[in-house]
Amino acid sequence: MSTTEAPDLVTTIGLEVHVELKTSTKMFCGCPVGFGGEPNTRVCPVCLGHPGTLPTMNEKAVEYTTKIAMALGCDIAPRSIFHRKNYFYPDMPKNYQISQYDLPVGERGSLEVEVDGEFYTVGITRAHLEEDTGKSIHVGGGGRIHDADYSLEDFNRAGTPLVEIVSEPDITSPAIARAYATELRAILEYLGVSDVRMEEGSMRVDANISVAPPGERGKKVEIKNMNSLRSVYRALEYEERRQREVLRAGGTVTQSTRHWDEKAAKTKELRTKEEAFDYRYFPEPDLVPLEPAVEWLRQLREEQPELPIERAKRYERKLGLTPYDAGVLRSTKALGDLFEEALASAKKADAKQVSNWVTNDLMSVLAAVPEGTKNPPLTGSNLAELVDMVAEGALSKSQGQQVLTKMVETGLGAREIAEESGIKQVSDEGALEEAIDAALAANPDVAERLRSGDNKPFGFLMGEVMKATKGQGNPKVVSGLIRRKLIHPD
Amino acid sequence: MQLWERTAADVASLIASKEVSAAEVTESCISRTNEVEGDVLSYLTLTPEAARAKAAEVDSAVAAGDPLGPLAGVPMALKDIICTQGTRTTAASKILDNYIPPYSATVAERLYAAGGTMLGKTNLDEFAMGSSTENSAYQITKNPWDLERVPGGSSGGSASAVAAGQAPFSIGTDTGGSIRQPAALCGVVGLKPTYGLVPRYGLIAFASSLDQAGPITRDVRDAAIVLQVIAGQDPRDSTSLPSPVPDYVGALAKGIDGLRIGVVKEISGEGVDPAVQARFREAVQLLEKLGAKIGEVSLSTFGFGIDIYYLIAPAEASSNLARFDGVRYGLRVDGPDVATMNSLTRAAGFGPEVKRRIMLGTYSLSSGYYDAYYLKAQKARTLIARDFARAYEEFDLLVSPTAPTTAFKLGEKTQDPLTMYLSDICTVPSSLAGAAAISVPAGLSSDDGLPVGIQFMARPMDETTMLSAAYAFEQELGPLPKPPLWSTS
Ligand SMILES: [Zn+2]
Repeated sequence: MSTTEAPDLVTTIGLEVHVELKTSTKMFCGCPVGFGGEPNTRVCPVCLGHPGTLPTMNEKAVEYTTKIAMALGCDIAPRSIFHRKNYFYPDMPKNYQISQYDLPVGERGSLEVEVDGEFYTVGITRAHLEEDTGKSIHVGGGGRIHDADYSLEDFNRAGTPLVEIVSEPDITSPAIARAYATELRAILEYLGVSDVRMEEGSMRVDANISVAPPGERGKKVEIKNMNSLRSVYRALEYEERRQREVLRAGGTVTQSTRHWDEKAAKTKELRTKEEAFDYRYFPEPDLVPLEPAVEWLRQLREEQPELPIERAKRYERKLGLTPYDAGVLRSTKALGDLFEEALASAKKADAKQVSNWVTNDLMSVLAAVPEGTKNPPLTGSNLAELVDMVAEGALSKSQGQQVLTKMVETGLGAREIAEESGIKQVSDEGALEEAIDAALAANPDVAERLRSGDNKPFGFLMGEVMKATKGQGNPKVVSGLIRRKLIHPD
Repeated sequence: MQLWERTAADVASLIASKEVSAAEVTESCISRTNEVEGDVLSYLTLTPEAARAKAAEVDSAVAAGDPLGPLAGVPMALKDIICTQGTRTTAASKILDNYIPPYSATVAERLYAAGGTMLGKTNLDEFAMGSSTENSAYQITKNPWDLERVPGGSSGGSASAVAAGQAPFSIGTDTGGSIRQPAALCGVVGLKPTYGLVPRYGLIAFASSLDQAGPITRDVRDAAIVLQVIAGQDPRDSTSLPSPVPDYVGALAKGIDGLRIGVVKEISGEGVDPAVQARFREAVQLLEKLGAKIGEVSLSTFGFGIDIYYLIAPAEASSNLARFDGVRYGLRVDGPDVATMNSLTRAAGFGPEVKRRIMLGTYSLSSGYYDAYYLKAQKARTLIARDFARAYEEFDLLVSPTAPTTAFKLGEKTQDPLTMYLSDICTVPSSLAGAAAISVPAGLSSDDGLPVGIQFMARPMDETTMLSAAYAFEQELGPLPKPPLWSTS
């Protein structure tokens, strides 16, 4: 941080998050929802905007949107309607997007986020349902629509249900923005309504950021193309610094849209003049208003899963876990579920032990598995078996880690892997003593030094014994034997 | 009487009773079509082979004793704005010149399933925008009563095909009067159902909140039979109504006696041609003679119908027609970039009236104008519906002339869009209210000998009362003379 930083400048950030819902079919037709695939294979007359076709509402998409709005504490509109947002773009089949305008599904919610032990409340302006567009590839020229030689259109994505969640401009730092996006992603994952994969675009975050003296309004800069939570943080941090520097130098920030370039670690100006685009919104005459029945809403509220923040609080309060551990365990629903399942079937290990295995050992193993924490490839009862084996002394801690790695690789049970690979802990004193004696015989000076009170070769000797036992010697027993033999002979 | 002269009901019963074959009926209509098509130009696309194939299917079903649909073997013509899988559908626009729909409209599917044999697709004003069918990008359809005159519009080809004996019935679409006005000008029956009664899936949209498909027939009974086939909820159209479909044919005999019928002052007097007014007054006297209690009702908002309509319909059209951009189907005129390609395609593909309405609609939806135009028009629209509701506290049905004039001369109004727009003055109010209406021939004008239509307007979903009154009226009036073209055969 620069020391000349003007302390009187305030950062204001608002986030607009688009989330693709993982309904089985598109929002207004029966085509399947999916990612990738051969272009234009998940299309029909409706989602291609053929003349005469009409949209029909995907009720699951409405349900998911309502669940999201509820989880964000929004007021659920007793009557919400769809509008047409009119503009021409070749990947938008009807040249209007069916979206919501002044009567969205949910409004006036909030989200509590934590940064470094501090809690912040971010207001949610609205959560509304709309349809996604297709994808364009502009070939030749500068790769942009205006200078390309030609454009290719893939309508597989066109009509995928999309929820837009708009925050109030309540966010005062890039760290809070990242925490907000992280928390929102966790909530969506808990609700099971989206894949929330930022790299595949099923969750997209755009930001508005302005810097100004307190009480004044800064020029809003919109940032696009942040493809991970990390880049949300980096882009906003960069942009905050850039705007502060401009203002400190006596300049003015231009209202603009900027593109985050991950490689260059910079935002770049896309367009300056905020073209006041006229979308000519009007109520969609092909759809009827959504008027959710009170009974249906009540039922949805009942079915709402425990949300991440509630889960963390429960782990701290009821299980005595640290806020850090609770935070890791609640970061994805699957991870917390795995922990609870393991805890339920563990016979020896307690909550703290199971939690340690998940938050430390499993997390480092899963770091190498794509989507690992969202979809951990092992069951809770298998994990419990492992944790119990270590707690019982059948495996050492490091053997346990070894077995865990194999469990994640193969999906097999802990006992099965330990047996097949011959991983076990040798605690038999006779066998271990033989190994110690052999090592001492091969290294006579070591015995001397240890006896004379020089502890330095202790580690070396432990290593030799472990090597001789192929790592299976129970380290506790080995070190006890060495101590008894050489350091504190009775 | 030749087979092509018969009504749909007659044809269906002759085929069912094996007195004639579907093939004979189809051949009769095909040869009649060929005989007069050069004069009237009703069709944009003829599909005789498909009609023959369908007729053969019906004949084998008859031979096998299989159950027959209510329109088994009945030839029909569909307005070329109704999508028909595998058969070119243009909306009379160059922008869809090469468009072959990959699917069929619900209305078309229901008619096929009922046994209808499609003879072809009929001409219309481009995208149904017009009142004379002169806005077709392809050809000028003539009125069978006078080849120098328009058949009305926008379903002009559908009305002329029925009036000229080319098909016993046809399907039109009505947004502000596009079924009723051409039916009146061609001396046939045209029914606009309640909004939501007949599914819109597969009708190329003009104004989504107003469009309805409906029958054009030679008598009221046929209108009831066809409506029976095409009405009813469709899961593919969210705005289609879930109510059960009543027995329209069974209700025909209910009659008029005791019905309270209101003459709507605003659309029956001033602005309506005196000869049309005279014929209409006689029609009202006939209703009274049949036992109706006649009264006059003033519905002040009806005077604003055209203004409201020309704010709402073009607004929706400007959005509905945005999809014709050269990207996925239809005409494409290449350009240096996508936006230019879009513009060149639309400039070449749309005719002047369509462009005019897209401009009008874009304007009334624009920010800064939306509240003053589109929103205000929507509010006024609810006032019209309220006026209707008020009138129906006192009356069971409302009546007016269907059109302010008889068929006008070709080219007479093309230079003055506003005069053309006034052709729909009597029909737009029930469109805006989403209510049902039917035009029934009321005789010929003493002035020019051309047909005059009387419009019966009903409450939303009260087609049964409307049809029974129209049927009683038609029976009492007796058959109309046929157009001169009828006798050329
Ligand atoms: Zn589709």
